[in-house]
Amino acid sequence: MKTTLITCIALFFMAIGHSQDKNKTVSFEVKGNCGMCKTRIEKAAVKLKGVKFATWNSETKLFEAIIDERKVTIPNIQKRIAEVGHDSEGFTAPDSVYNKLPDCCKYRDPSTIHMDHGNHNQ
Amino acid sequence: MRQLFFLFFVFALKSGFSQFQVQGKVLEFNEKGKTIPIANANVYWLSSTIGTTTDFDGKFSTPYQKNIRQLVVSSVGYRSDTIPVNRPNLGNIVLYPNVVLDEVVVEKEVAPIQKSLFKVQNVVSVDSREMLKAACCNLSESFETNPAVDVNVSDAVLGAKQIQMLGLNSPYLMFTQENMPSIRGASQVFGLSFIPGSWIESIQITKGAGSVLNGFESISGHINSELVKPLTDKRFFLNFYANNFERYEFNTRLNHNITDDLGVGLYIHANLRNGYIDNNDDSFYDTPLARQINFMNRWQFMDPESGWVSYANIQYLSDTKELGQTDFNIDGDKLTTNAWGSEIETSRLDISAKTGYVFPDLPYQSFGFQTAYSAHDQNSFYGLNQYDINHRSFYSNLIFNSIIGSTQHKFKTGVSLTYDGFEENVNNTPFTRYDNSLGAFFEYTYDSLEGLSFVAGLRADRHNNLGTFITPRLHLRYSLWDKASFRASFGRGIRGANIFAENQQLFASSRQIVIDGTNGNYYGLQPEKAWNYGVSFIQKLYLWNRVLEFSMDYYRTQFDEQVVVDWENAREIAFYNLEGESFSNSVQVDLNYEILQDLHLRTTYKYFDVATEYRSGTFEKPLQPNYRFFVNLSYETLKIAEKQWRFDVTGNWLGRQRLPNTNANPEEFQLAEWSTSYNLFNAQITRVLSNKFEVYVGGENIGNFTQPDPILSSSDPFGTYFDSTILYGPVLESLYYVGFRFKI
Repeated sequence: MKTTLITCIALFFMAIGHSQDKNKTVSFEVKGNCGMCKTRIEKAAVKLKGVKFATWNSETKLFEAIIDERKVTIPNIQKRIAEVGHDSEGFTAPDSVYNKLPDCCKYRDPSTIHMDHGNHNQ
Repeated sequence: MRQLFFLFFVFALKSGFSQFQVQGKVLEFNEKGKTIPIANANVYWLSSTIGTTTDFDGKFSTPYQKNIRQLVVSSVGYRSDTIPVNRPNLGNIVLYPNVVLDEVVVEKEVAPIQKSLFKVQNVVSVDSREMLKAACCNLSESFETNPAVDVNVSDAVLGAKQIQMLGLNSPYLMFTQENMPSIRGASQVFGLSFIPGSWIESIQITKGAGSVLNGFESISGHINSELVKPLTDKRFFLNFYANNFERYEFNTRLNHNITDDLGVGLYIHANLRNGYIDNNDDSFYDTPLARQINFMNRWQFMDPESGWVSYANIQYLSDTKELGQTDFNIDGDKLTTNAWGSEIETSRLDISAKTGYVFPDLPYQSFGFQTAYSAHDQNSFYGLNQYDINHRSFYSNLIFNSIIGSTQHKFKTGVSLTYDGFEENVNNTPFTRYDNSLGAFFEYTYDSLEGLSFVAGLRADRHNNLGTFITPRLHLRYSLWDKASFRASFGRGIRGANIFAENQQLFASSRQIVIDGTNGNYYGLQPEKAWNYGVSFIQKLYLWNRVLEFSMDYYRTQFDEQVVVDWENAREIAFYNLEGESFSNSVQVDLNYEILQDLHLRTTYKYFDVATEYRSGTFEKPLQPNYRFFVNLSYETLKIAEKQWRFDVTGNWLGRQRLPNTNANPEEFQLAEWSTSYNLFNAQITRVLSNKFEVYVGGENIGNFTQPDPILSSSDPFGTYFDSTILYGPVLESLYYVGFRFKI
């Protein structure tokens, strides 16, 4: 009985270990423009518990992260990124937040990409 | 579209009767370097939709927007330009083709000297372009246009350039080459001249306690030099330099990429100082005769896919210096009283390797291993004094980097193992010492992402001569407001003093050597221990649309234990353990600004208060200027068809320096209590003829200041009063040089 229980528990944890990765690489698209956006997106993501590493590329708009799947999910991250002003598939930033972004970060207006982004990425 | 602009125009006219038109002309350079107009370029006010396009002659006119004041000029195929509007007619605006980021573009964007706002430590980064301003010749001379470090000359005979930071001599600084300790032990006095300037890619100067990663020895700062890397360096580089005192320098670098991942480099440096110069007629050479050949073979392996990076280096150098009286002939006069002469022969072998691995799936996790071996042999005589030193050194360090939870919390940890063997012969008295240590370190980096970050490090070492001890170090940075940072640091350093190797100039005097030890492990002396702490503030801002950088720092070093080097009795040099207080306070204020387009001004004021309790009383450190004021002006013309002019002028004002007490000498060999203050000017002009070839001319000590009678009793070098160690200013008169650089 005791052995069976231990085996069951072990199997249970193995199953979890199998389906939920401690160092899972995830990626999705996030809208944004410049270096300032990059800092904002990465900062919001990495401060979430379970997000170990986050990077966003302003050229490809691709967001990549290494996460602990037991602690955080992709929708959690997308929601958090939307809360600081950046849209991703299925998650739209509230207008109240979006409108407060600096002018050059207002990515919903296609002409803003041509603005002067200065040394924002510093 | 035109109508829209017209509407805006009308609107603008209505909205303010003070509105006026801003005009200008947009141009580009053609292949011959002549300007031609760009038609249909977009001209609009920054972050707005107000604007116009240029006409066929490149001309435009747009109503002034007093709330914006910045005009963006762009055209397809060109790099956009944002122009501050401070006058109605902006004149000619030149756009440059939007090519793939080439070297020129990068050069324009990053200043050659960078003080970071964001790094936790107070670091100044210097790149190779800044080092070109000195033009000659090795690491010791690379700091002359850089105010963070002071360059001093050891004495009037050896003429070795040494550097200081925070008012402390170079032994209290940690030097590393690619993060492995170098210039220590036997190479303390001449080591800086063993690293050719043209091999250096960049230098990072950290003020205050360093990191625990590289050991426990650093007290006042850490200087790291990165050498050029075979995979990224030019394929071929050639440099030749000559000056009016018959100093010749030759540098060449050859690089070959065997595969995309594996590169090999062969670097050769040779110098010859052949000038028999005695312009002050004191019968001594003003600058040594010297020959050096320096050779490095370097391998680099880099495979970003697998995550492996490795370097392997082998360096050999042979250096000979002859100095002393001009009528000295080494064949007959060596170790006789016929004439005072000296020869210093050094050969050195360095072998090092390092390898690093970044986990491909975890970009924040890596490990690195470094190891180095060096064999340094110096055989020398100074008049009747003989000094030989043989130093074998081994270093290895294993570092693991990772995170705790997220990249907000990073750490580095590892172990290090070092060995140093010293065999010295001081006037036929042998000294032998073996140092070995085993240490472990842990360094934690926190970044709040909201302005606060710190690096806290701790290491524990077990050392055969220093015992078992803990070295703590902390650096902290806080963003006060936009583009402003406050930093603080403290840390402890511990080291054993190599009293002869560090003070070799003492042999070029008639001073008696007195060592008053207390059964310590270092020539009977106890090790040196000090705390260093400091604060700094930096603010960058835009003033009239150009970057202004202001920074200020204060550092204090407090010695718990120190080997006092006492020059206060003119008959002797004494070494003993500190029995009272010893400290160094330093304040540095920097102000940098681009006065006009491409005309950069850097100014620095430094104040020093360095004092030690000697047995004869508490005095300021001798030969230490109480202040230094530094100005550097540099101007670069626009690069047109690969051609460019570069101008650079540096001025240094040095305050008075306390001279060691010479009251024990007869009146004719007594010196004043203080030296005079003086100034030095250097200037350089570089003409870039193409991306491959450039020539330069320059002058050092243009004001021609020299110290009168730099050698005491130079007419009787074997007498009691001979002393070349009290040097506070240059011995060499104005120096002029020419050189060229060729690279593919």
